[in-house]
Amino acid sequence: MRYSGLKVITEGLFGNKGWKPAWRTPDPKPEYDAIIIGGGGHGLSTAYYLAKNHGFTNIAVLEKGYLGSGNIGRNTTIVRANYFLPGNSEFYSHSLKLWEGLEADLNYNVMHSQRGLINLFHSDGQRDAFARRGNSMINQGDDAILLDREGVREHLPYLDFEQTRFPIYGGLLHPRGGTARHDAVAWGYARAADRRGVDLIQNCEVTGIDVENGVVRGVQTTRGSIRAKKVAIVVAGRSSQVAAMAGMRLPIESHVLQAFVTEGLKPVINHVVSFGMGHFYISQSDKGGLVFGGDIDFYASYASRGNLPMVEHVMEAGMTLMPMIGRARVLRSWGGIMDMTPDGSPIIDRTDISGLFIDCGWNYGGFKAVPASGWCMAHLMATGESHPVAEKFKLNRFATGHILDEEGTGSQHNLH
Amino acid sequence: MRLNCPHCGPRDRREFYYYGAAAYLDRPSPDAPAQAWDDYLHNRDNPAGMTQDLWYHEQGCTAWLKVTRNTVTHEIIAVDAVATPKASGGMA
Repeated sequence: MRYSGLKVITEGLFGNKGWKPAWRTPDPKPEYDAIIIGGGGHGLSTAYYLAKNHGFTNIAVLEKGYLGSGNIGRNTTIVRANYFLPGNSEFYSHSLKLWEGLEADLNYNVMHSQRGLINLFHSDGQRDAFARRGNSMINQGDDAILLDREGVREHLPYLDFEQTRFPIYGGLLHPRGGTARHDAVAWGYARAADRRGVDLIQNCEVTGIDVENGVVRGVQTTRGSIRAKKVAIVVAGRSSQVAAMAGMRLPIESHVLQAFVTEGLKPVINHVVSFGMGHFYISQSDKGGLVFGGDIDFYASYASRGNLPMVEHVMEAGMTLMPMIGRARVLRSWGGIMDMTPDGSPIIDRTDISGLFIDCGWNYGGFKAVPASGWCMAHLMATGESHPVAEKFKLNRFATGHILDEEGTGSQHNLH
Repeated sequence: MRLNCPHCGPRDRREFYYYGAAAYLDRPSPDAPAQAWDDYLHNRDNPAGMTQDLWYHEQGCTAWLKVTRNTVTHEIIAVDAVATPKASGGMA
């Protein structure tokens, strides 16, 4: 069923009785050409682009819970292409272009809103660094505008410009940056993949990976064994556990990242605003809730919840930056499990096992990467070669020294 | 989260700096193969469940601590000093 304005009107006139489920609920087949472990954003987009770009017709996505039950269903929904390093810059640029055509491509409203993103700076040195980053973005073909203090004031009059600790010197505006409806992205990819024949198998946990003589043969699951010629591990925070089923040990440590939502308010924050000195970023959802977060809690965790010191820190940073939000009541908070790499950049690569591929290490920035990650992972699985915009996301780059340290803080597990 | 520092008693998480897996204590020899150093520096078991990691009591006694804890529940099982005082003085 194709969605359209006309369809909405006719269904409205006839009691909305004609809608069908957005995807099938098939039983697993004994064998597939490709299996994707993980029904989150990256796994679903990988399946979709394998079908669409590479003509695969016999694919399954195996999800241990329900589709989109992980980080794709709970995140701060920011979409941007403001990376600096070669290797990251072209990848996120590619992703943003895919975002811009995503709704038409998927025939699904993912509520992509290019409301503009402003990264604030608070010193002369930071201004220089942001100018350099902005130039890099422009060289990549994306957009960036360096705003001075008064320029920021025109966009964000409600900030506390007079704060003494981190006075606002200006900001880097990325007009094409913005947000999207996070779980709609999962649903949109799921529906579009299903329409191309991908089997989306929920409540199907992978318990083992079958490898014979260095070649992957399939997987063991809670719904029986399934053979496959190619298997992709796309499981974010649980990457270490699934990779261990194939005898692999990854350069990943899983950490908890908290985020928060307030009660619904009238429109007040039009942009995505980030306050690097306080490690705070905020936007307002279409339902009116202020969605904001900070840094990871900084200890390995699978608890899906954080601790109070980071809650306090995020609230303090928000109050320092924009005191007007002090009366908003926080409705809920959550903690997502982040697959952190030593250098803070992702991995899209083959493994030493023939036919086994891995897409992981998205740290706290996986949402905006969903389209390009799936695009490049599908390219890798279909052709055996890394896609040009993802060729630096190598699994062995820590051993070879080809690290991608976007933050410039070093390549070590406790630094990102 | 509170860590029961063997020197200072139960203290707030904010006094501690997290360094990473306790495997950092098993430093390879300088002439170990590159693979051993890659494993040591980058690759991790990253368990969901019981783990041991290193914390530094930055705003307390400045001791390095080996913490045994559960990454799924955040339960702290044990906090031990990495180094213990020798009878002759100094640390071992």
